[in-house]
Amino acid sequence: MQSVWEKIKSLDAALQPEGVQRAPLWKFLLWLGAFGAVLLWGAYAAFLCWYKGLNQTNMNDAYGFALWIWADLAVIALGGGAFFTGFLRYIAGKKPLANIINYAVLIGFICYSSALLILGIDVGQPLRGWFIFWHANVHSMLTEVAFCLSCYFAVLCIEYLPLVLENRQLDRVPFIHNLSHNFHETMAVFAATGAFLSFFHQGSLGGVSGVLYSRPFGIREGVFIWPWTFFLFTWSAAAYGPSFTLMLTKITEGITRKKLVSDQVVDLLAKISGWMILTYLIAKVADTVYWALVTAPEKGFAFMDFYNGEGTAYGLWILVLELIIGGLIPAVILVIPKLRQNKALLIVAVVLAVVGVSINRWVMILQMLAVPLYPFESWYQYFPSWQEVATTILPVAYGVLLISLSHRYLPVFPQERELNPA
Amino acid sequence: MIHKEEGNLPRYGMVIDLDKCTGCGACMVACQSENNVPFKENETNKLDSITWMRIFKVSNGEPFPGTEMVYLPRPCQHCEGQHPGHPPCTSVCPATATDYDHATGVVSQIYTRCFGCRYCMTACPYLVRYFNWWDPHFPADTEKYLSPDVSVRMRGVVEKCSFCFHRFQRAMDKAYYEGRKELEEMEYQTACTQACPAGAITFGDLNNPHHQVHKLKDSPRAFRLLEKLGTNPKVYYLSSKKWVRKACDNEMGKEHNKYRPKRK
Repeated sequence: MQSVWEKIKSLDAALQPEGVQRAPLWKFLLWLGAFGAVLLWGAYAAFLCWYKGLNQTNMNDAYGFALWIWADLAVIALGGGAFFTGFLRYIAGKKPLANIINYAVLIGFICYSSALLILGIDVGQPLRGWFIFWHANVHSMLTEVAFCLSCYFAVLCIEYLPLVLENRQLDRVPFIHNLSHNFHETMAVFAATGAFLSFFHQGSLGGVSGVLYSRPFGIREGVFIWPWTFFLFTWSAAAYGPSFTLMLTKITEGITRKKLVSDQVVDLLAKISGWMILTYLIAKVADTVYWALVTAPEKGFAFMDFYNGEGTAYGLWILVLELIIGGLIPAVILVIPKLRQNKALLIVAVVLAVVGVSINRWVMILQMLAVPLYPFESWYQYFPSWQEVATTILPVAYGVLLISLSHRYLPVFPQERELNPA
Repeated sequence: MIHKEEGNLPRYGMVIDLDKCTGCGACMVACQSENNVPFKENETNKLDSITWMRIFKVSNGEPFPGTEMVYLPRPCQHCEGQHPGHPPCTSVCPATATDYDHATGVVSQIYTRCFGCRYCMTACPYLVRYFNWWDPHFPADTEKYLSPDVSVRMRGVVEKCSFCFHRFQRAMDKAYYEGRKELEEMEYQTACTQACPAGAITFGDLNNPHHQVHKLKDSPRAFRLLEKLGTNPKVYYLSSKKWVRKACDNEMGKEHNKYRPKRK
């Protein structure tokens, strides 16, 4: 028994990158076990939804979209760090970001694969999921989402693959070593493709509510067929996504008790994220003002009709949370060098930014559906079932597991050795 | 009225006289029976029950003795949108599982193509689209009385009122057989229209001057539900009461919440 354990330990050590410290194997396995249990709980809930149907959820005919669609929109916005950091690194030439791009790609990979999984649970007839490609309606924003999401996920796989191939043992095989090298050489092409595809699927996710001309809370004016939310969603994903990358970097550093990315790199990405959030907010406020003063009144709604209902928790507080607490405050912290260089404030800023963009995705789906359109109906209520909650937590556990495995066995952070000399 | 006409093609629509409706529910039952609308084993939660035709009870919000009520039957509104064939629900469907028939103006649902994403339900402001959250259930012997003309829907797909389109198809088959291309007014009537004991529902071609609905839609009592949204529905309502017309569309301002049910 002792020798088997020793063998496993030596195998584990052989797979780890050279010159780095990792947690003892028993601790790592315990960690995997804990999150593996959460993953199994989520998988059981997903099985119930597939086997017994969506009656396992608390959705209803007024709330056809609910927690899952919010989770989809939120993880895709947060995973936007992958395409935008890739764009900055390979297209805009911000070379220092090479030290965080692997992690951004890994986070993007987790977010997008999670989104696809949740969509697979969310549809009533999962076995007919391919109809979206086969019977594609080119006028539907969801069709655009499906095509761009799938294509971009393929790009993310290609972007993640070289990192896997850099595993110490795999890299010893000459063919794999050369293949990985060649992937790196051509990565700019994939980064450009990823940025192009992301523009469309982030945008089309914004268009999902923006085109609903019979939903006064969601509808927006726009350019040609694209409502303003199309551009706002792309912009906000590019703005807030890097903040999520930074937040997870800081969490990973905290858990591993190591510095993984240099302050210079963090500062650069934080600054870019801050300016992007600030400019996004200007556009968002302009959009909100026009919608409140022109679009909604044309449909018979005053601005406060969306925030002042009897029997609903929705109020102006959610707008303040989204735009001020989750928008302006992180933007100001990230834009001003002195503030963002304060480690505690930086963490506050990136956490608030993540909250801000998640709230934006929440209101664009759930608050939109809560608003009663019949003047003789009450606000619609919804509280997710445990199956919905478990299947939404499932991707979090999956993400933790994939990050843990990648960090242990792959050179995710190129600066790790340099920042943590033995 | 902003009803737009697409040439001389038939535009089937409905006019419901709220001054006549007693809220008896015969239209709901007839619809349920005609279209094989399934039950659930437990019908207590009405938010996931399927009722293609639903009757709302609307109050004027005044305290006793000024309280007034109206019953408002609501089928699918078969919206036309701001240009023909652009109802809110069809363009959003990613799998082309719902369509606008330019020959009749009816908004259809293809159950075997729907994969249950529910985007159309999100788009519909009238909540006429229903998702099969449960397996269809027909209690006791009711399965033996299912209509052979209407397919039964499975769990996980969306369904909605079709203006009894199978009746249109049946009537057209007969007309073709007799060498005709057009239908007489009474040849195609929906189940709810025929079941209404008060004669509150009138159905026909809104574009045909010989059909009753053509005249009724221009009545000074006529209005449509949530007209400001720009859905351009083909279901018209008649009411002599001003408050009823007001309660059926959103008007910004203080009265916005007047007609909502009060929470106790």
